[in-house]
Amino acid sequence: MPELHVTTRGGDTKTVRGRSGMSTMEVIREAGFDELMALCGGELCCATCHVYVDPAFAGRLPAMSEDEDELLDSSEHREPGSRLSCQLPFGDDLDELRVTIAPED
Amino acid sequence: MASTHDVVIVGAGHGGAQVAAALRQHGFTGSVTLVGDEPGLPYERPPLSKDYLSGETPFERLLIHPPAFWRDRDVEVRSGRRVIEVDPREHRVVCDDGSMIGYSHLVWAAGGAARTLSCPGHDLRGVYTVRTVADSDRIRAELPAVTRVVVIGGGYIGLEAAAVLGSAGKHVTVVEAQDRVLARVAGVQLARFYENEHRARGVGIRLGATVECLEGNDSRVAGVRLADGELLPCELVIVGIGIAPSVGPLLAAGAQDGGRVGGVAVDKSCHTTLPDVFAIGDCAAHRNHFADGELIRLESVQNANDQAAVVARTLCGEDAEYDAVPWFWSKQYDLRLQTAGLSSGHDQSVVRGDPATRRFSVVYLRDGVVVALDCVNAVKDYVQGKKLVTGRLWVDPATLADPAVALKDLTPSATAAPH
Repeated sequence: MPELHVTTRGGDTKTVRGRSGMSTMEVIREAGFDELMALCGGELCCATCHVYVDPAFAGRLPAMSEDEDELLDSSEHREPGSRLSCQLPFGDDLDELRVTIAPED
Repeated sequence: MASTHDVVIVGAGHGGAQVAAALRQHGFTGSVTLVGDEPGLPYERPPLSKDYLSGETPFERLLIHPPAFWRDRDVEVRSGRRVIEVDPREHRVVCDDGSMIGYSHLVWAAGGAARTLSCPGHDLRGVYTVRTVADSDRIRAELPAVTRVVVIGGGYIGLEAAAVLGSAGKHVTVVEAQDRVLARVAGVQLARFYENEHRARGVGIRLGATVECLEGNDSRVAGVRLADGELLPCELVIVGIGIAPSVGPLLAAGAQDGGRVGGVAVDKSCHTTLPDVFAIGDCAAHRNHFADGELIRLESVQNANDQAAVVARTLCGEDAEYDAVPWFWSKQYDLRLQTAGLSSGHDQSVVRGDPATRRFSVVYLRDGVVVALDCVNAVKDYVQGKKLVTGRLWVDPATLADPAVALKDLTPSATAAPH
């Protein structure tokens, strides 16, 4: 099973296992992190599953849709590595992915 | 003997779950108990009329937190139990299984129960509401044998269910008593757009239609009789006519009610009038900054979640007040609606873009101030328009109507006075 390294707002990093077919948001939520609200449940209707992705993985992520781009613009904490984790299907191709949960808006 | 806990949360929906999670996040070390009347752990309700109803999303993906989450944070979840009595003097609640739970602070997050019909035939088999996962499960179990569905009520739940069932090949008719769908929550332009979208996909929309009774065959529903005499034959009826706030035990204990809007009255920090008792979410009647300070109830994940945060912070000793901008979403077919602010009470509305392109927004104004937006497949307008709502800005309606001008580039003519 592919692994995901999640860093919390406080700076703690935990490695969790994901299942293929889930989004990165779901992997983070299923691992019990409480900082990722993901209020709309992955419907691309809010920006509460915002993470920063390690730049080393930038080339392996799916392209950002215009809608994701707009939603990320609603965050005051947007950075070059910003993504909505609900838009990143997790799987073997993203094994060892490193993400940091972005600050709450 | 009743066990006593520092915080007892009644209701294990979005609001109740978030109070517990947020308390621990803020470092609260007291004992926390979450009492819910459904079996199992807190789950997301919005998919019940969307991807869960369609079978696309399995239940385990609806869990707000995994089972280990509650154990790890030492939150006791007592499921399958309904609180039937609140004793504010003794600081305890009584459950329907006879158990008693004492509290230092009580957070009432019990939401509401789906309203049901009272006309003849309301209790026939094959008549369902969509409020709990059990409701959606029962509907899904019936679907293989169903070809015709009547949805009573053209609100978001009814329309979302109609979209799912229509897409699944069922012959669906929506019956709405008002002269347009979404009458309670949106303006006429959005209503007409959704009516057209449903009709274009073969979903019937009957407006101004009142249900006389449900007719049955061997105690099973066989049709919906309208007041004008017409019979809509069907094997399944979905009733989506809103909720009745679940506040009986609180009101019986002497809490002030929400008056015209129902529910239980709360102040800015979500205190009820009972000592040490808070209420949040669908059942909490509060004065909302974005409704001109009027007493309202909001039935949304946003409201439940943000009020939960206020209560958790208050219980951790902070001064917290609820003033979050309301937002909401609905998914029907490939149409993603996002709403910011509250449109009720608007006196002007402006359409940005052409609804025929299936990408447009409706901007609602009151006294010239932007109070809300409904954005269909228009995320940019939603994100940028939310800031207009938050800022209570006066904007020239003619400029608003020009989709070539981004909302963030509008020059406000003035800022409305704060409340």
